[in-house]
Amino acid sequence: MSHSAVEMMTVSAARALADDDVCFVGIGLPSAACNLARLTHAPRLRLVYESGTIETRPDVLPLSIGDGELCETALATVSVPEMFQYWLQGGRITIGFLGGAQVDRFGNLNSTVIGDYAKPTVRLPGGGGAPEIAACCRRTFIVMRHSRRAFVDRLTFVTTLGHGPTGRERRALGLTTEGPALLVSDLCIMRPHPETKELQVTSLHPGVTRERVIEQTGWPVTFAATVDETPAPTARELDVLRDLHARTAVAHGVDAAE
Amino acid sequence: MSELLSLRDAVAGLVHQGDTVALEGFTHLIPFAAGHEVIRQGIGELTLIRMTPDLLYDQMIGCGLAKRLVFSWGGNPGVGSLHRLRDAVERGWPRPIELEEHSHAAMANAYAAGAANMPAAFFRGYLGSDLATVNPNIRFVDCPFTGERLAAVPAHRPDVAIVHAQQADRAGNVLLEGIVGVQKEAVLAAKRSLVTVEEIVDALPRTSPNAVVLPAWTVTAIAVVPGGAKPSYAHGYYARDNAFYLAWDAISRDREAFQAWIAANVTGVSAEARP
Repeated sequence: MSHSAVEMMTVSAARALADDDVCFVGIGLPSAACNLARLTHAPRLRLVYESGTIETRPDVLPLSIGDGELCETALATVSVPEMFQYWLQGGRITIGFLGGAQVDRFGNLNSTVIGDYAKPTVRLPGGGGAPEIAACCRRTFIVMRHSRRAFVDRLTFVTTLGHGPTGRERRALGLTTEGPALLVSDLCIMRPHPETKELQVTSLHPGVTRERVIEQTGWPVTFAATVDETPAPTARELDVLRDLHARTAVAHGVDAAE
Repeated sequence: MSELLSLRDAVAGLVHQGDTVALEGFTHLIPFAAGHEVIRQGIGELTLIRMTPDLLYDQMIGCGLAKRLVFSWGGNPGVGSLHRLRDAVERGWPRPIELEEHSHAAMANAYAAGAANMPAAFFRGYLGSDLATVNPNIRFVDCPFTGERLAAVPAHRPDVAIVHAQQADRAGNVLLEGIVGVQKEAVLAAKRSLVTVEEIVDALPRTSPNAVVLPAWTVTAIAVVPGGAKPSYAHGYYARDNAFYLAWDAISRDREAFQAWIAANVTGVSAEARP
């Protein structure tokens, strides 16, 4: 069964989730990955959305973080202050999923502005929950499409701390959580080097060359001693993911997204 | 005690030029009808507070009503940018807008602090984020007991909070259910509050003793506006119009298309005529 690069990315992210995880889910690709995991190998995976819905089991993917579907299928729905105070800050979440417009080699993220803050070239939506998700979840996973514009040598604005500008800042700031433990792109999987915390390629998706990753990465990217090939999506993974997207498209009254 | 008013009279009575206003609703129960009435009455120079500015603030900003925006995530959820917000920030159209930018945790804590009559909120946050370098209202304090470095932001104390709810009873008590967001905190933090509701009922249903109920003596005015949260949704009444959220992207990209939409759907429609 052939698959797209985005399907490979979603499936790779889903596989990284374990049955006993409690996952703080963002909209878009993280939501697709988390629900795919729940519908395949991790049926007990607990999904928490920042709108306050706890252990939600949506039948279709939400368009927004607060679609009615999330509340109707949740075990409980709490207020937004309670979500951020007791559940996120309270240390109840094992995995936080993050994305952004730009990432650097230490997993720091920019989702605020391109250019000068006061006179931006592009005003991005902003951090939302990310700064505290990155600080309070036991570890974070980053999901982003690979390109030189997104994987940059230097961030002009750090919205959300990863391992810090030199890879050593988390501990200095008093953070006891792990920070970015995994980055999944449409080309490869990266994990932080155990010592330096620099993100290294640990697995290439089928058909992707090292040269392609080097070309699409804005810093001199490094590769782990052993680089695997990511197993291609199975027929079951693709069936479940495509069914989910098809149900979602019908529910939202739009053409199927990828 | 809450007073039952028409939407027009409620907005005219409660919202003044130059006010700090919070229209809240976390994706759910967004008070679109009330925001549109603010646009119709042309009440400007506003400081707008909202965690997720969404389409409603995109519309109010595009109409030039906002001088300042206090927020934490300014996008069209699941779709992309808020183009009117971007036009105001990037090109100053129709007027420049000042930003006070926070994280969600900070905004939620600031509302809770306002409701609790505290001067500021203290929480674990913003460590290593450049947001603290561009927003002077993000500061840090050391915990007096443990020495831990904590973030501090001022409490939100809006002049007016505007929210939409499912029901009010004849005594003026209000019921909200579903994703309840920060609405209770916004109303309790504000000097004045307006709640638009789907309907007035004889008595609020006793579905659960822990439902979010705003007693009549915490609400300034109530206006009955069925469908008042559309194109967002009201749990138990109608679903989110996701197709409109997708369509807004094209409408809002272009200044003229945006102005034509506002003329046809907001300023050219009376409060009473709204479906």
